[in-house]
Amino acid sequence: MLTIGEKSFQSHLLLGTGKYPNVDMQKQAVAVSETNILTFSVRRMDIYEPSQPNLLEKIDIQNYDLLPNTAGAYTAKEAVRTAKLANASGLCDMIKVEVIGDKKTLLPDPVETLKATEELLKEGFTVLPYTSDDVVLARKLEELGAHAIMPGASPIGSGQGIINPLNLSFIIEQSNVPIIVDAGIGSPKDAVYAMELGADGILLNTAVSGAADPVKMAEAMKLAVQTGRLGYEAGRIPIKRCATASSPQEGISV
Amino acid sequence: MSLLINGSTVQLPEHVSTVSDVILHFFTDRPVVIVEHNGEIIDKASHPTREVTDGDKLEFVHFVGGG
Repeated sequence: MLTIGEKSFQSHLLLGTGKYPNVDMQKQAVAVSETNILTFSVRRMDIYEPSQPNLLEKIDIQNYDLLPNTAGAYTAKEAVRTAKLANASGLCDMIKVEVIGDKKTLLPDPVETLKATEELLKEGFTVLPYTSDDVVLARKLEELGAHAIMPGASPIGSGQGIINPLNLSFIIEQSNVPIIVDAGIGSPKDAVYAMELGADGILLNTAVSGAADPVKMAEAMKLAVQTGRLGYEAGRIPIKRCATASSPQEGISV
Repeated sequence: MSLLINGSTVQLPEHVSTVSDVILHFFTDRPVVIVEHNGEIIDKASHPTREVTDGDKLEFVHFVGGG
């Protein structure tokens, strides 16, 4: 079980809803992923296009908890406003704080992320900040009261996977709130690796929506997250420099 | 009546007087429309009673795909 704030979830996989080839494929991918939490963005409606597709029409949102993000925000103030807009839908009280500080790498602005997290916690939100893999920043976010910490594995949408497992493992070890590895996951092995490191969850989007077969990849990611979690709980063997025979060394027939 | 909606100045007919009227003017049967009226985010329950007047600023947002 993954517990965030007051709520517990069966699935450790959180799925983004952006950039699918079409809404039907998205619906199928969401279903086979067996995720409990979907992320969304908040954007202006096009008032001149009344038939614009609305994702929520295709997905039965009663079956999911919604995690809107504050993507597009470059300051704490903008992130707080977006969070309040999302909350005004009456559909969610969780928020993924995402305050970008660099347009090229899409890495988060640590100072504004801290400010936005603090403000939204005061407002009563369940706050999940997207952060870099900075160990001290993760600790400070937890000290503020963040309900989960979401360090990036590598830049958003890059598919580079886990580029700093050491930092991730430090963050996981020190934290008393869930650590959800967010951003940069490229393939199922990355999800397995992050979960084996002891992460409590994985948030991914492009790895599924951009795959050649998003529905199949959604299933692969579901299994990868489950596999990694099981492996972590089972406790892997120590790595040794030399071989150790699996078969008995005595009683060999000559 | 002239309103500033999502950054565009828009002329609306006389019978439009509330936020709900404006929503219905542009969108039919929208399940989720989040509204900011003159800088104040308002909850859905107040859409039918919230009056709009000439020169008001409205933001209509909704959820779109994102990660």
